[in-house]
Amino acid sequence: MRRYFGRKLLIYVLTFFLAVTIDWLIPRFMPGNPVQTMLSRAALHAEAMEVMRGYYTRAFGLDVPIWQQYLNFWAALFHGDLGTSVYMFPTPVARVLARAVPYDLFLLIPSILLSWYAGNKFGAFAARSKWLDNTISPLGYVLTATPYMWILLAWFFGIVLGVFPIAGAYSFAMRPHLSWAFIGSVLHHWFLPFVSLFLVGFGGQAIGMRNMIIYELEADYSHYLEALGAPRRLVRKYAFRNAILPQITGLALSLGVIVAGALVTEVVFSYPGIGYLLLAAIQNQDYFLIQGCFLFIILGVLIANFAIDIAYVIIDPRTRRGMTGETA
Amino acid sequence: MKKDKKINEFLYFALRNKKLRVGLIIVLFFLVLAFIGPMLTHNKPFAYVNPRGAEPPSSEYWFGTTFFGQDVFAQFAHGLRATFLVGIIGGGLGTLIGILVGFTAGYRGGMVDEILNVLTNIVLVIPTAAVLLIIAAYLEVRSILMECIFIGFTAWPWAARAIRAQTFSLRTREFVDLARMSGMRSIKIIFTEIAPNMMSYLVMTFILQFGGAILIAATLNFIGLGPTNAVSLGLMMQIAVLWGALQLGSWWWFIPPGLAITAIVGALYVMNVGLDEVFNPKLREM
Repeated sequence: MRRYFGRKLLIYVLTFFLAVTIDWLIPRFMPGNPVQTMLSRAALHAEAMEVMRGYYTRAFGLDVPIWQQYLNFWAALFHGDLGTSVYMFPTPVARVLARAVPYDLFLLIPSILLSWYAGNKFGAFAARSKWLDNTISPLGYVLTATPYMWILLAWFFGIVLGVFPIAGAYSFAMRPHLSWAFIGSVLHHWFLPFVSLFLVGFGGQAIGMRNMIIYELEADYSHYLEALGAPRRLVRKYAFRNAILPQITGLALSLGVIVAGALVTEVVFSYPGIGYLLLAAIQNQDYFLIQGCFLFIILGVLIANFAIDIAYVIIDPRTRRGMTGETA
Repeated sequence: MKKDKKINEFLYFALRNKKLRVGLIIVLFFLVLAFIGPMLTHNKPFAYVNPRGAEPPSSEYWFGTTFFGQDVFAQFAHGLRATFLVGIIGGGLGTLIGILVGFTAGYRGGMVDEILNVLTNIVLVIPTAAVLLIIAAYLEVRSILMECIFIGFTAWPWAARAIRAQTFSLRTREFVDLARMSGMRSIKIIFTEIAPNMMSYLVMTFILQFGGAILIAATLNFIGLGPTNAVSLGLMMQIAVLWGALQLGSWWWFIPPGLAITAIVGALYVMNVGLDEVFNPKLREM
């Protein structure tokens, strides 16, 4: 048990270290310069330019050797300091992110959990039932193959029906406060991004589960149970329990993909989460905001993965014994 | 002689499988369209040919024209080529790296396996799309080939994991032991004993990577981080959304590219299930 978690933890720590390093490297070794961006925005005359350049270079900590910038980056990170945003100067990146994260959690957690649950139930149901398999499974394929769900959704609901808004997290006429009208507006704006994420996830899970169940139903133990005359329901129950395990691992592994999907969904619906922020940061060449967004995504994915690992140990008793010693 | 029989048997079941047939027909249809489509129209994808601006499909402009009076069909046909190119090169590269890593890790085992495993897990966990986004954003001029390479280098871990697991289970079979005892070199064992036994698996991995690459490319292009010097289906949708095709109700502008991507990738996935049934008799519907 301890060894199992030890190994997992090692991988997480390594991943985190590597990801943070990549995160720090990418903006620095690519063309473009944030200080220049700030200066060109101000459009000053030459002398003032030089003074400002010096000021900004110091303010962003770019005046020390590159290795020291790297060490400073780590040191600041452990203090929760992610630097200052260039694009929304002088707001600290941490505060910009803190404003965006609630929207992400609000969007991602329900859509991931619900699509996983519903997709698995549904996939198990559809497997080996000719009628459902021929009607619903193709639908599942179409759903997984469509990153463009959101466009159609936006088109139908936002424009044709005019029922759901397609931009922002709440009505532009409101300010965030605690009232039923505001909560209603937030839910109203949340619906379309949620449904598009849910549907894409649902399709993938349903297809995966359908295939897993078919494999399980063809396994020896299922045939044996059938030969014993066990009712169909019982056989399916056992098949489901065996098939659900890879689906949990699958969920952990596909989190990165889901997050990517969420990034795009947010861009399409102008939903003010991390994805929307990341794109704005990229367009403004905002080093620090890009780093912050990326770091947050990494952290989120790692934490979610770890939670799934713990869940796995609880659900599958074999993990507790088997995986402690052996590696394969 | 024996090989012929095997191929015949494969073809027999392959042609009888409805999923495979339907999937293949759809993919081939778009492939042919990608080849001959650009020849059917003399309009350049970005040329302003219709002075009247956005118009619904007509006999002159099969898919209508954009807000700027560009021929949607010309864009679509050229974009389709780009899509297949990304699928084949990006998906192919991803599969190739996956095969190399998977075979090495699965066959060698031990320390090499451990290291490659950690590497695979790391690349799997990092949301590569975010990395792609950042890299793409910093390069000012981007070509389709560059996009393929990015995608290939980030999409391989799935393939590597699956191939490693398969290799691992084949490694201890008698015929592999026999080959090893006869003094065959590792590389030769992998390519003459192991690889042929999981050919079906490799083909399916390639199909999945193919579809995956198309989806990733469409996403990147859609956010505006795709190739800067070529048309693509994702780019068409981006421009359509950017210029308010949704609000103006110009459905002909963004439906064809979205539909084509969905149809191609969906058909690839369906084909994959069909192939699975062909290769694995247990899965065939009774």
